[in-house]
Amino acid sequence: MTTPAETTGMSEGTSPGPGDADDTPVRGLWRQGVEVFCENRLALVGLAMFVLLAAVCFLGPLFYHTDQVHTDLAAVHLPPGTDGHPLGTDGVGYDQLGRLMLGGQTSIIVGLAAGILATVVGTVWGAVAGFAGGWVDAAMMRLVDAMMSIPSLFLFMLLAAIVTPSVSMLILIIGAFAWLGPARLVRGEALSLRSREYIQAMRSMGGTGGRAVRRHIIPNAIGTVIVNATFQVADAILYVAYLSFLGLGVPPPAANWGGMLSDGLADTFSGHWWLLYPPGIAIILIVLAFNFIGDGLRDAFEVRLRRR
Amino acid sequence: MARYLIVRLGQALVIVVLVTIITFVILHLLPGGAARATLGKEATLEQLAAFDHEMGYDRPWIQQYVMYVRRLLHGDLGYSFQLNQSVTEAIGQRLPKTMALSLLSTLLAVVAAVPLGVVQATRRNRWPDYTITSLSLLAYATPIFFLGLMMIILFSQVWPILPPEAPQGFTLGEVLADPAGLVLPTVTLAVVTVAVYSRYVRSSMVDNLNENYVRTARSKGLSERRVVVLHTLRNGLFPVITLLGMYLPALFSGALVVESLFNFPGMGQLFWQAALKRDFPILLGVTLIISVATVLGALLADILYAAVDPRVRLRGSAS
Repeated sequence: MTTPAETTGMSEGTSPGPGDADDTPVRGLWRQGVEVFCENRLALVGLAMFVLLAAVCFLGPLFYHTDQVHTDLAAVHLPPGTDGHPLGTDGVGYDQLGRLMLGGQTSIIVGLAAGILATVVGTVWGAVAGFAGGWVDAAMMRLVDAMMSIPSLFLFMLLAAIVTPSVSMLILIIGAFAWLGPARLVRGEALSLRSREYIQAMRSMGGTGGRAVRRHIIPNAIGTVIVNATFQVADAILYVAYLSFLGLGVPPPAANWGGMLSDGLADTFSGHWWLLYPPGIAIILIVLAFNFIGDGLRDAFEVRLRRR
Repeated sequence: MARYLIVRLGQALVIVVLVTIITFVILHLLPGGAARATLGKEATLEQLAAFDHEMGYDRPWIQQYVMYVRRLLHGDLGYSFQLNQSVTEAIGQRLPKTMALSLLSTLLAVVAAVPLGVVQATRRNRWPDYTITSLSLLAYATPIFFLGLMMIILFSQVWPILPPEAPQGFTLGEVLADPAGLVLPTVTLAVVTVAVYSRYVRSSMVDNLNENYVRTARSKGLSERRVVVLHTLRNGLFPVITLLGMYLPALFSGALVVESLFNFPGMGQLFWQAALKRDFPILLGVTLIISVATVLGALLADILYAAVDPRVRLRGSAS
């Protein structure tokens, strides 16, 4: 006996609509991509590292309460293991473990936000230049060339000297100048994709430019874009660290791993190792994590393209 | 070749002009305007007006830009009232030292990266490849100043064989006269570069080892060593020349951090101190000069590439 519900379920599975026919292989490719990503052990390790670090930084403070606003000069430079301070305290009495969580939040947020901002701006800029071609393309890309020849740290510092750095300012400063790499990448992809036979065939059959972009260009370019975005995030986290080291990071009581590490430099030769190595290792781990994820994603997308 | 040179020179010129437009725009975005940023907080309104008039900042934008470029062409980058020195002079004293540091560390990086990349490519997906890949990823993920500090701890404190501070000479000669002090800054700057370069050499060598001409050489019965060293290496190394040019902005950014950490008396340190004091004439001057150096370096690399690889200049003049 067949219930109406089963019948509908059957008909959906056996006679898909025209839209589904297009989507099925794409979904299959996504699954393949996920499989390849999961086969890449380093990529999984990277993902696990990121999830773990993010969980500690964002969920940790819910369980581990510390005062990261008021200094406590009676409890400075306490070594790790002093009661109530598993990782000791810093030069003004902040609990180091709690500070690592707080600093990690800033580092991760700025890294992700700046990386995403750079990727979005770069993708739009590169896609417009690549599709437009001609003098528009030439003008847009020469501007990218010019900005790229200004070493980015010099530009970031110049801007950080003009505006007072805050978390959102840092995101804007880094994001507004890190988009040059993605712009070049996407522009190259768009240029080469635009002249492919299958896109010309589709357009000669009456397909619109919008359809070319949605159905072909974006699915083809998105791999490159996403892979690049993960590296952008890693670079942004390092740039925040450099700006903090050079004295133009976010001012206290806000914290980030780069700033904590630079503060720790002053304590190198006074034996306060817990102020130096934990933030340093945290930065290395998070940057490694994003690099591993990026490598894994690149493999995943390459497999999708190869089997297409 | 001549045609390629002219096209490439034209591109470089356009980029330099665009860079001057960018610095010009930033100059006018400065807090309180260019005059306030140059003369400082204590300057009176009359002084500001006089400065604006003298520099032409009270004229239309186009005229201001023309005057700005004319001053640049005369070697006038402005005056730093904080250093009580012209920007050109301050940069002139430090530019050779930064160039020496960058050049030394690039040389060191190439010398180290080529064999590493070749080893990785010839033993692909085996333990030497994995080891070098992991180490270069680690080097890439470490903030340069943390790496430099580890070097200082290791080679100046635990095993004291090198001074922790860069040589403090006023001239390039004085700095070079103290090679021991140069070791740590140069090596620190080179480590990250090696990570990037060796990865590039590896993929370039892997591509070339799969080419038909390599298969021909192997089927002639040549030893693997001859195939790699005599046939593949030359082609595999050409792209590294382009990388030298492309990597310059990152190299200079790295130099900024290394110079600040080791107190190396170069452009990066000058820039860093100017940023902390909000000394904008110096900041803009250094940004402009370092960008022009980047453009010239990339130009030089491209010309060199075209000189050694005829395929490039043929492609260049065809387009």
